[in-house]
Amino acid sequence: MTGKTLYDKLWEQHLVRASEDGTALIYIDLQLLHEVTSAQAFAGLREAARLPRRKTANLAVADHNVPTTERNAGISDPIARLQVETLDRNCAEFGITEFAMSDPRQGIVHVVGPEQGATQPGMTIVCGDSHTATHGALGALAFGIGTSEVEHVLATQCLVARKMKNMRINLNGTLPDGTFSKDMILAVIGMIGTSGGTGYTIEFAGSAVREASMEARMTLCNMAIEAGARAGLVGVDEATVTYLEGRPYSPKGDQFERARNFWLQMVTDPEAEFDKEYDLDISVLRPQVTWGTSPEMVASVDDAIPNPADAPDQTRERDWARALEYMNLSPGTRINSIELDKVFIGACTNGRIEDLRAAATVASGRKVAQNIKQALVVPGSGLVKVQAEAEGLDRIFTEAGFEWREPGCSMCLAMNADRLEPGERCAATSNRNFEGRQGYGGRTHLVSPSMAAAAAIAGHFVDPNQL
Amino acid sequence: MEKFVNYNSVLIPIDRSNVDTDALIPKQFLKSVEKSGFGDNLFDEWRYLDQGEPGQDCSGRPLNNDFVLNKKAYRGGRILLARENFGCGSSREHAVWALRDFGIRTVIAGSYADIFFNNCFKNGVLPISLPGADIDALFAQDAESGPCSMDIDLERQTATAESGQVYRFEIDDFKKQCLLEGLDDIALTLQHEGDIATYEQRRMKEVPWLFEDLAS
Repeated sequence: MTGKTLYDKLWEQHLVRASEDGTALIYIDLQLLHEVTSAQAFAGLREAARLPRRKTANLAVADHNVPTTERNAGISDPIARLQVETLDRNCAEFGITEFAMSDPRQGIVHVVGPEQGATQPGMTIVCGDSHTATHGALGALAFGIGTSEVEHVLATQCLVARKMKNMRINLNGTLPDGTFSKDMILAVIGMIGTSGGTGYTIEFAGSAVREASMEARMTLCNMAIEAGARAGLVGVDEATVTYLEGRPYSPKGDQFERARNFWLQMVTDPEAEFDKEYDLDISVLRPQVTWGTSPEMVASVDDAIPNPADAPDQTRERDWARALEYMNLSPGTRINSIELDKVFIGACTNGRIEDLRAAATVASGRKVAQNIKQALVVPGSGLVKVQAEAEGLDRIFTEAGFEWREPGCSMCLAMNADRLEPGERCAATSNRNFEGRQGYGGRTHLVSPSMAAAAAIAGHFVDPNQL
Repeated sequence: MEKFVNYNSVLIPIDRSNVDTDALIPKQFLKSVEKSGFGDNLFDEWRYLDQGEPGQDCSGRPLNNDFVLNKKAYRGGRILLARENFGCGSSREHAVWALRDFGIRTVIAGSYADIFFNNCFKNGVLPISLPGADIDALFAQDAESGPCSMDIDLERQTATAESGQVYRFEIDDFKKQCLLEGLDDIALTLQHEGDIATYEQRRMKEVPWLFEDLAS
């Protein structure tokens, strides 16, 4: 008998009902809610006179629209304010726990879940947000859904789904100095492409993943969606258990011991087979920088912008040419010569304490370059902010000329006031470099927190080790 | 949900792969708490020459006349043609609401991102996947002989070009029935209440800590 993958186990454990045509009803243990994709779901419940099936299996927090300055003044944009107030009202009406904007625990939903211990191994977790994949770092099956499915989960605690295929990506070797999990995941996306993982759940394995911290694993899983996979996974080990111990929503006492034994089974069996498997030697990895308008358009900091004529096929030749036009870049330009206007450090990809520490290490005792109009540091949650301030990271940043902000999604998608102006070029630790993503006409390069800080200091991309 | 009815329409070609949901509907329009009213802002950044704002009257905005949605020959088109990985990126269902509000009830593409694909079926939009060679042929036909129309027949799972060429597509039976009958899948799931309750009882014994309240 062949073994089971972690995904197989998670799927089987949550199977409520299976139909002959392959459609299944799967049980959802936790739903995370935020203001942008939930209002219409609550309205749907109300119209159909339905109630949440298990209101206490939901946790809500506003993150996309919240301002990162003068939090006490509230939200000045009336449409955004209405959306956040609608979340507050819906949570109050339906009895759902919400961390309000003024709550010290408020933050980006994918930072808050693990931080509170709400995210646990063996769970199924959904949220109306594609970066729900983040939570897979703790051995949970976590994926993004649309608003209709948010309503479906509220009403039934289940989802109609079909089983995905299994993919494993083995990241072997030890990360060289100056490279981080962000560089690993960008290299993976460069290798398999933005649709390489479509239809699959990706498990990240290999020595580099075992050595990675929980937060680094979250960065990996966060961007599984940028490789096309709705869910990323990392098998549970002692690091997972240690991370969860003592967190507010983690099980306590005897229950914790029982949970621990269960969690440690959330791994792929040694003899399990995958539908697709890749290996990447990361001991030779260089810091990664995206140069185009899709995360798969990525290169090493010491490479040059590729020539569309060298693209593997005609479609990509056209896509590359269009991307270079939008990015105002030419083939052959050295990546480390690209000058920047703005820098953004934060987001559910890289807004955790270790990310801020890595950026602060680079920024310490240095100054942001003259050509950088704005360098933002936005902690992923209120608790990350408190921790960073306790460590003095905020002072390192502000003394270097960075702005230290309140927690939220901020300039990752620019739904609040933090955004690029047309034509501005930004080094960002977020996850998407799509046209207009960070602001109308803005140009985004995705990088690690260390590279973002180094780019802010140098004014252009540079290997953080050579700063 | 409105039932899917067979129809004939001009194909609107968007010759790109990886068309993301940020392109389909930019972030500023996601602030709405309504489920409709997104049609004027479909492909907002490609369609207009200025920056759109929510609630704005779009009738006076400067149009990008090079963009296919603004070309007279494609006006009234209700089928979108694109390449690989259509609808990638953000899970925003607003992207499908924008397509639907604009009048698009069918997308034909090489492949789709998974979340977008699911969202289509919740809103009466049919995402058809065809092999790369067929997609190439449809783009070539449009480039060579101008706008072409197709008959979409969901029951028979065919898209038929003017030339008579029939493209057969695959679709999961359950999803097909939901589209054809305009079914509310929450009501369908609630029919399995017994199974859900049984599952919860069993699971509560195995992993009781998963059933503890998320108290504030």
